[in-house]
Amino acid sequence: MTPSTLHDVRFIEPEKTRNYLNEDYGVFSWLLTKDHKRIGILYLLSVTLLFFVGGFFAFMLRLELLTPEGDLLTSDTYNKFFTLHGIVMIFFFLIPAIPAALGNFILPLMLGAKDLAFPKINLLSWYIYMTGAIFGIYVIVTGGVDTGWTFYTPFSTQYSNTHVFATTLGAFITGFSSILTGLNFIVTIHRMRAPGLTWFRLPLFVWSMYATSLVMLLATPVLAITLFLLMLERTLGVGIFDPALGGDPVLYQHLFWFYSHPAVYIMILPAMAVISECVAAFTRKKIFGYKFVAFASLAIAFLGFLVWAHHMFVAGISVYSAMIFSFLTMLVAVPSAIKVFNWTATMYRASVSWQTPMLYVMGFIGLFTIGGVTGLFLGAMGVDVHVHDSYFVVAHFHYIMVGGTVMGYLAGIHYWWPKITGRMYPEWWARLSALLIFVGFNLTFFPQFLVGYVGMPRRYHAYAPEFQVLNVLSTAGATVLAAGYILPMFYLFWSLWYGRKAGSNPWGAVGLEWATSSPPPKENFHVTPVVTWDAYDYPAFLKAMRETQNV
Amino acid sequence: MNDHHGHAPTHHVTPLPVYFAIFFALMILTGITVWISRVDLGVMNFPVAMAVAIVKATLVILFFMHLIHSTRLTWVVVLGSFLWLGVLFVLIFSDYLTRAWVMY
Ligand SMILES: [Cu+2]
Repeated sequence: MTPSTLHDVRFIEPEKTRNYLNEDYGVFSWLLTKDHKRIGILYLLSVTLLFFVGGFFAFMLRLELLTPEGDLLTSDTYNKFFTLHGIVMIFFFLIPAIPAALGNFILPLMLGAKDLAFPKINLLSWYIYMTGAIFGIYVIVTGGVDTGWTFYTPFSTQYSNTHVFATTLGAFITGFSSILTGLNFIVTIHRMRAPGLTWFRLPLFVWSMYATSLVMLLATPVLAITLFLLMLERTLGVGIFDPALGGDPVLYQHLFWFYSHPAVYIMILPAMAVISECVAAFTRKKIFGYKFVAFASLAIAFLGFLVWAHHMFVAGISVYSAMIFSFLTMLVAVPSAIKVFNWTATMYRASVSWQTPMLYVMGFIGLFTIGGVTGLFLGAMGVDVHVHDSYFVVAHFHYIMVGGTVMGYLAGIHYWWPKITGRMYPEWWARLSALLIFVGFNLTFFPQFLVGYVGMPRRYHAYAPEFQVLNVLSTAGATVLAAGYILPMFYLFWSLWYGRKAGSNPWGAVGLEWATSSPPPKENFHVTPVVTWDAYDYPAFLKAMRETQNV
Repeated sequence: MNDHHGHAPTHHVTPLPVYFAIFFALMILTGITVWISRVDLGVMNFPVAMAVAIVKATLVILFFMHLIHSTRLTWVVVLGSFLWLGVLFVLIFSDYLTRAWVMY
């Protein structure tokens, strides 16, 4: 310690220890920060805002579908609302939510590092994300876009008279923030691990984030190129997708889904990352089959690239090609199933503590399994022909993205909330909101499986009267779900001031993020930790912690 | 942190004449591209043009992007990227090349 800091220390009250939150004050100390923890918080605030924007559109869609007549929204407005719901939720919430908000905060802590490998690039990625989001907001305010989040040609290139260009430009820009985050994570995991933290001692969160980052890096550029070609054709008439100009509209779908199927794994792998940590923490056990779970993440990342045309079975692709893609789709279920079985095996005969994160874990496992298995229905060509573009598909991917990713995200928020803020959330309220979300979610989306299977198509504002009962149930569920999502906004905010002080390791969990104070100091660790224990090795970790305390 | 445990990347300095030689080769190959575009090689038009383009891209990656003196990890990254491009092409062509085979 230099003399000057010694001098300063005398003026700090003992209980107000320095941490990343009170190190600096003022707007610019946040907007120009290079601290991965503060950037994580910036992301957390921005994705939360956009989640509620996307949620508003969802709620309006559900209100319209309360009655069979298209009476609340005109068909044009309805088209715009489901498009904006999809774009905002996917590009501006689900893709960045866990990696860029929670991952940013937790990953360097887990590795025993002071920061990510490229702190300035990390900040740049947030500004790029915000630039893309501003394009999104601009589109919302000035009249919307009606292509669906998939921007299918030829509608997007030739016919739509809405803001296709500004929207695709926004998605194009936001893609780069995800590329930079992926790059940053990969380099950090390779180069910044604490002494002794070998690859097979890494928490499974890190393995899953590594797999996510690979997908971000390899898939997102293809989306950028595809959207760029779309913009070129729409504005300059360059013939890529228009048959009259020598192009092919199905080529757009190939290129788009080459990104967008792997993008599902950009959303679900980080949720799986959170689930692994929570299962270990609340069963107080080593994850069963650690290496299988670790390699399953990489297998999901790889196989996820080989299945995209299952979105195109009825788009006029070759039957032979469709058979290959159908087969490969069945394969990708294997590593996901390995994970689910291993988490369940970890819980077997464990004494599980049922705190809120663990409730979300149980929600995740059940809902993700339903989502995954109905995904296999859809991957089978015959069934897909029957239910394609129906509410069955809508229900399936919401079970994955909301039942899976959002559950994982909320598990992570609650699990690391004490680390992020230094305060505990109120357990009773949090359990109530977890319950509301689980009930509300199932009530919203399970009826959609049924109504889709009997033939209700997606993306229409009016429907046949016999579908009304199931739609009313779904809208009622959406109301419960909304309450469940709004509740944490209040109690988490409340806990910032009134929550119980957390201490460094409130869950008694294993991991370097629990080996530093809550909230962590700006430089994460006062001394560089040396890792002598395997992942989730409780006795060894607790022994090591006692020894450091005694030093 | 273990970010300085021994094997710092070796900085190989490529002599200037090599750069000029590569540049010269690229110019010649560009000339060939222009020339063969005016000669009708029948079915070979496309393969020949692509072959020249691939040679040019390889030269740029090896020398101008310094791959030839890079670590094995860099090679893995570059070859991996081309593998991914291969996945994109092979699976897209599994559609286009078999679309006309009718089975009913
Ligand atoms: Cu898919």
